[in-house]
Amino acid sequence: MTCSCCSDNRPNLLETYPEKRQKLDEYISKLDLGDDMERRKGFLIGCLHEAQHIFGYLPREVQELVGKRLRLQQSDVYGVISFYSFFTDQPVGKYKINVCTGTACFVRGADKILEEFKSKLGLEEGQSSADLKFTLTSIRCVGACSLAPVVMVNDRVYGNVTAKMVPEIIKNCE
Amino acid sequence: MSKIINITIDDQNVEAFEGETVLEAALRNGFEIPNLCHNKRVSHTAACRLCIVNIEGRPGGIPSCTTPVVEGMKVSAFTPELEKIRRTIIDLALSNHKDDCISCTKDGDCELQDLAFRYNLGEKERRFPPIWEELHKTSDFSNHVLDYDASKCIQCNRCIKACGEIQGKGILTFVNRGIRTSIGTGYEEWKDSKCDGCGECAQICPVGAITVKPVYSQMKRIRAKDIQRVVQTTCPYCGVGCQLNIATRKSFHNTNEGRETILQVEGADAEPNRGSTCVKGRFGLDFVSRPDRLQMPMIRKDGKLVEVGWPEAILFTARRLGEIRETHGSEAIAGLSSARCTNEDNYVFQKFMRAVIGTPNIDHCARLCHASTVAGLATTLGSGAMTNSIEELERAEVILVTGSNTTETHPVISTFIKRAVIKNKAKLIVVDPREIDLCRYATLWLRQRNGTDIAWLNGMFNAILENGWENKEFIAKHTENFEATREVMKKYDPQTVENLTGIPAEQLIQAAKLYATAKTASIIYAMGITQHAHGTDNVKAVSNLALVTGQIGRESTGVNPLRGQNNVQGACDMGCLPNAFPGYQSVTDPAINARFAKAWKHPRLPAKVGYTVTEIMNAAHEGKLKALYIMGENPMISDPDLNHVKESIKHLDFLIVQDIFLTETAQMADVVLPATSFAEKTGTYTNTERRVLPLRKVLDAPGEARDDWQIIQSLAQAFGHSCRYDSTDDIMREINLLVPQYAGITPERLAAGETLQWPCPNAQHPGTKFLHKDGNFTRGKGLFSAVDHMPAKEQPDKEYPFVLNTGRILYHYHTASMTRRTQSLPMYVNEAYMEMCKEDCDALGVKNGEKVRVSSRRGTIDIAVRQTDIIRAGSVFIPFHFAEAAANYLTSSVVDPIAKIPELKVCAVKIEKI
Repeated sequence: MTCSCCSDNRPNLLETYPEKRQKLDEYISKLDLGDDMERRKGFLIGCLHEAQHIFGYLPREVQELVGKRLRLQQSDVYGVISFYSFFTDQPVGKYKINVCTGTACFVRGADKILEEFKSKLGLEEGQSSADLKFTLTSIRCVGACSLAPVVMVNDRVYGNVTAKMVPEIIKNCE
Repeated sequence: MSKIINITIDDQNVEAFEGETVLEAALRNGFEIPNLCHNKRVSHTAACRLCIVNIEGRPGGIPSCTTPVVEGMKVSAFTPELEKIRRTIIDLALSNHKDDCISCTKDGDCELQDLAFRYNLGEKERRFPPIWEELHKTSDFSNHVLDYDASKCIQCNRCIKACGEIQGKGILTFVNRGIRTSIGTGYEEWKDSKCDGCGECAQICPVGAITVKPVYSQMKRIRAKDIQRVVQTTCPYCGVGCQLNIATRKSFHNTNEGRETILQVEGADAEPNRGSTCVKGRFGLDFVSRPDRLQMPMIRKDGKLVEVGWPEAILFTARRLGEIRETHGSEAIAGLSSARCTNEDNYVFQKFMRAVIGTPNIDHCARLCHASTVAGLATTLGSGAMTNSIEELERAEVILVTGSNTTETHPVISTFIKRAVIKNKAKLIVVDPREIDLCRYATLWLRQRNGTDIAWLNGMFNAILENGWENKEFIAKHTENFEATREVMKKYDPQTVENLTGIPAEQLIQAAKLYATAKTASIIYAMGITQHAHGTDNVKAVSNLALVTGQIGRESTGVNPLRGQNNVQGACDMGCLPNAFPGYQSVTDPAINARFAKAWKHPRLPAKVGYTVTEIMNAAHEGKLKALYIMGENPMISDPDLNHVKESIKHLDFLIVQDIFLTETAQMADVVLPATSFAEKTGTYTNTERRVLPLRKVLDAPGEARDDWQIIQSLAQAFGHSCRYDSTDDIMREINLLVPQYAGITPERLAAGETLQWPCPNAQHPGTKFLHKDGNFTRGKGLFSAVDHMPAKEQPDKEYPFVLNTGRILYHYHTASMTRRTQSLPMYVNEAYMEMCKEDCDALGVKNGEKVRVSSRRGTIDIAVRQTDIIRAGSVFIPFHFAEAAANYLTSSVVDPIAKIPELKVCAVKIEKI
């Protein structure tokens, strides 16, 4: 089964994972949406949060499902997704490596650490590996400046990171 | 009148109105405070910060566009410091704006260019570099009719608000917010979005970021200064009657014999549309300049249509009609007039048929759309028209829409409904078997089974009485036949109705409560109610609901049938009906008949009721009818059961078709007479809200095409009749005398720019905004009707298991003889299709886009399947516009016994894979 809305051969997540779709449907069904459009817009971020939690990312068909259930336009949905860096419409790897490039981390050499990850993983910033194991991104400040430079892998935080530690961090993901 | 608030601006006393903003008061009094994001048609944004002022007692610069005036306010608008800030803001905006003005269609008409000029910000004077060059923001030229150049966009938010607030669509938004903010739809490309190309965004863009594609001209770019003439006239498409500003010029090369052509079209800021229009109005008028417009009369000689001169055509036509009348009598001749021609054309047409030919057989395609409204509402209320004005819808507390896919068929009216919901928090109830666009805005969507309207309408009536939501005082004072009706309604308890219609009882009661208890409530309906074999009863059931709750006869409160074609209201008003003279005056009433005979200087007018559209076809089939004169209609696509229609027309001895194109019907004619289009003539159209709107001449007629009324007049004269009008004004003066509703709508008032709503009984009368004021019905008292549910005549069965529904879509109009001859509209849809749900597609094993064979008991067509989730299993929907797979080969010509309207909304079909 391929995605009906775009020409690529990416599988349609809603058709591939009916149980995930059901989970999202159930989540939205429990909301007291009401008939006011502004009110429904208020639920949008929460629904997208849940959807990304369930599916890992927000491809078009998931965006459209959320839009249809909340009776909002695709523009409402995409406007929010493209604004918040938390949301992504691209598939993400199992391990999401976030190199903090906020001010504190940057002055303590975050750029070198990012370079090291790039060369070790063979990925550019924002890319995911073909096997969807890794996604490499940079973020601005995770609020742990005393540990700068900081790298986050999913929910785990590495502090005082040096370029030498990079292979170790990657290995920990195995 | 609003209260006056006294303020000062730069030490000058200024009178402002209560509720006004400082900017509005300043602009109105000649203080030209610069602004870019402000526009009176949308809410305040305060994004550009150009309109900042200083206000005594408040710190800092304050955006005047969001600050309401307060008594005694002291405003400084043009201090050196403010002007310096403004100059910097414009400088910054320019650095983010590609200022290649020579390539820009907005050159000379651009608000940013004007400000840059005013603040002396030429290239040399600017402090900031052109950063737009490095940002590479995402432009989008994929839309069929619009372009978005992101490098020119100044992020003022106007287009987003035009799309969301005026049109109620919300297709556009800011995407990628940050330094690269641009306008987007959330899809890869604009054309993939639900944008329907209305162009409201382009009309409101202050710069050249969103622009219209030049669909009317060979020129790649058109600037405002290229326009030589702008004419305000009425749109030729749906019944809304949008006022359009049509801009024209002569060709640069002086080719085309110096004829003008249309350059661009915008919505005019006038009633009823107030600046808006739809994709058809803005981009779909180029059909008038098509080379295949009929330019010379044609007569069939040796089986072929051959061009002839007017004298020959008129003489031949008159002679043949005379012969047929001589041999078979005048009743062997019938006429079909046109809901797309003017009031004047229609008036003269029916006069010709009645007075010159002497036949009672006159009808037009209103028979196929709102005959049941005219019959039903005339019986129950006394007047078969929209009771309220379009603009009142915006302020209704509850709107019930049933059997009208308003977004597609009356796009500008749908914006009033959407604004009522979005802006004024109205409750919208949609009752429709398909999940139409309006469902997105609805508080309640009731999904009835096709053809069960009386059941749910009676069910609501029942629920209203059960719960005591009826208006007892209104019923007692202003209605009759309540008791008898109440008896019949008793059996329609919500549970029974649920079984009949599929609408959950609880939802029905909720809807009944919303509607009955609202302060103001409007019902809107269209073909979904009328096009049934019990259409008249459907209409009566609708009016029952308004009567039992007293939801009629007040502002924003009433029963509103939306008329389909631009002048279908007018064609009915002008008596192109087999039972009525102009003004719905009965042909069988001897006094009225005598009055018209006297006015038309004719000894005797037919005093019997003539054939309707469907009866005309039957009579032709049986050989009773020998000649048919069709003005601007195309029954070979629009009428039900086309195989029967084709046979009937073949049986005729003589067919006259008067049109602007060689339509499917014209191709079968013996005589074809070339008429002028809306753009080439004068006259009036009456829109769905009874408003008489002027048609002004924009272009010269092609070849020897003539106005319809002139052609008819020539024919009348060939019969020796003294018919002699010099202009459409002459005809309107005669209408003023004979049609009481139009008595005060004089050519003088029309010329002065008044657009009046009938009834307008005298030259001083301001017109009538809403009918049946305070329960004083046109017929006296409102009449309740004890109508009963009747199943549709043709039910699905084993052999024909699907229910076929037909209708219209936004991009095409009626038989598509105009829309398919435009450049842009076929880009949206140019092929017939049938909507079917996924379940049914899977069961039949057909894929989206695959062709299938659809058959009914009357005919067969091959058509592509469009898989959609808006339709329920067991039902299919086909738009009827397309000749190559005309839905009307399938439809049934079984008619309503009173209104003779065919059951176009329900018939049984089978579907086979091919």
